[in-house]
Amino acid sequence: MEPQPTNVERLTKVMELQPLGKRHLFNNIVKVVSSLGAALGLAALLWILFTVIHKGVGALNWNFFTALPTPPGIEGGGLGSAILGTLIMTALAAVIGIPLGMLAGIYLAEFGRGTKVATAVRFVTNILIGVPSIIIGVFVYTLVVAPSHTFSGYAGAIALAVIMLPVVVRTTEDMLSLVPNALREAGLALGTPHWRVILNIVFRAARNGLLTGVLLAVARVSGETAPLLFTALNSNYWLHSLHEPLANLTVTIFSFAMSPYADWKSMAWGASLLITASVLVLTIIARLVVRGRSKARS
Amino acid sequence: MKSTRKTARRKGDSTFKGITFAAALAIPLLMAGILVELIRNSRLSLAEFGLGFLTSNVWNPVSGQFGALSSVFGTAMSTAIAMVIAVPLGLVIALFLVELASPRVSAFFGTAIELLAAIPSIIYGMWGLFIFAPFMANYVQPLFQKTLGFLPLFQGPPLGIGILTAGIILAFMILPYISSVTRDVFGMVPVVVKEAAYGIGATNWEVTRGVTLPYSLRGIVGAGFLGLGRALGETMAVTFVIGNNHHISASLFASGNSIASTLANEFTEASEPLYLSSLVELGLVLFLITVIFQAAAQGWLWSIRKKLAT
Repeated sequence: MEPQPTNVERLTKVMELQPLGKRHLFNNIVKVVSSLGAALGLAALLWILFTVIHKGVGALNWNFFTALPTPPGIEGGGLGSAILGTLIMTALAAVIGIPLGMLAGIYLAEFGRGTKVATAVRFVTNILIGVPSIIIGVFVYTLVVAPSHTFSGYAGAIALAVIMLPVVVRTTEDMLSLVPNALREAGLALGTPHWRVILNIVFRAARNGLLTGVLLAVARVSGETAPLLFTALNSNYWLHSLHEPLANLTVTIFSFAMSPYADWKSMAWGASLLITASVLVLTIIARLVVRGRSKARS
Repeated sequence: MKSTRKTARRKGDSTFKGITFAAALAIPLLMAGILVELIRNSRLSLAEFGLGFLTSNVWNPVSGQFGALSSVFGTAMSTAIAMVIAVPLGLVIALFLVELASPRVSAFFGTAIELLAAIPSIIYGMWGLFIFAPFMANYVQPLFQKTLGFLPLFQGPPLGIGILTAGIILAFMILPYISSVTRDVFGMVPVVVKEAAYGIGATNWEVTRGVTLPYSLRGIVGAGFLGLGRALGETMAVTFVIGNNHHISASLFASGNSIASTLANEFTEASEPLYLSSLVELGLVLFLITVIFQAAAQGWLWSIRKKLAT
């Protein structure tokens, strides 16, 4: 086997090939290209945000937030029921997904540290995060919708909870792992039971990080569409019961955008603006919470 | 007295540990549950079509003939286009963030690009269908046809929607994943080694080429896998712009479908048991593909971390 060239050999070979002027020229080209790349990424973000604001802001009015959808061509319709439905399903998903995810995260970070079980669970968690959300929709359809013979708000909330769960597990574990061991040892040395050390000391120390994780998980599911298509479906009416199809913003965007009616499309843009703004605000708050903590520490 | 308190404490601890353990086990159980449910509900189609499901391009709900080929093809093509664009773009962005920009500028651009990942899929779909597809049809596709129109890849009417547009939008969606992981692995390159290279007069590019890239190659591959896993299963953005028909065409301008878009469009319409079962089997195929890629990515990144730690 030939010996691998060392870094210095590799580097000097790269450098010797060309005269200095050419090297600097090429370097500048690379600089321009990579700056353009970053600018392109920023441009894409701004283009999307501008579009959503430009097209969506006109649709927002009092009725948009309070009324039911109207047939095409009739003024005064709104997405009140869809906004309510999205809020309810996201909240219900959070109530299921966050405690379960935090408990699993506690196991990984506190009790299972270094064990094979924890490694395996962590591995599966990371894979579950990557499972497409539409597959979760199919799964919940077969598990909940098909046996109960009806699309329902419950099914939608369960699908969102399944998507949320692994995200919460991972951030909980990450955040608890950042807490210095000395804190745990100090608590245990005082004779505090381990579970109280975790809930009263470690959790308090990791509070901001955990809050960030929760906000990001909520932000992620509140914009989900695919898992709701065959679980919650959609509805044109106010919520009667969670055992029925439930109106929600994202599926409404999908069906209104695909319709031929200008006023429905405009409503879809209004809903897009609402969803985008909520998700981005949640994400930015989550980032500020983390930044606040790191500043307080330094 | 003391001993009862001690046992009570032990009991509290073991109960709590048991609860957290059960919660942790819920995750592998969920994963197994998804696999079992998908197989169980696709058994009709599995029995009817066998392996031919993957190689047949017939998708006819009326005659009850179902094959996955066009959906698999569309998924593969749109993902490939996304990777061809997003990997180099993610690399140059990471290079900009780590080597070129000042910390302030780097933080600003880094946040902006990561916010791309926060925008919901359906918003990409809206923007893609109403803004980006017309832009493609009016400017980008005619340009391709003028310059590269002799290739079968760029023939056919420039409608805006189609596999190419879906792939480009997917590229923007996975870009943040690739650039942020790449930025992190670039950041793991020992500063001393980079400074040594700068010290002997190397330019930014030479340091990148000679030091940073060799050091982080494995990490970049891991980042690519993560992006790939994302792109394979993206649903709403693709559903809006891919055109949704079960044809396979050599042209990137043609409309097609992907596994995810077929599911999104047809699942609630499937009234026949065999139709529904075929759709679930499509879901099973997508599930298996993404799990394999995600597992490969995780294993790969894990082995790098282990290597760096030793």
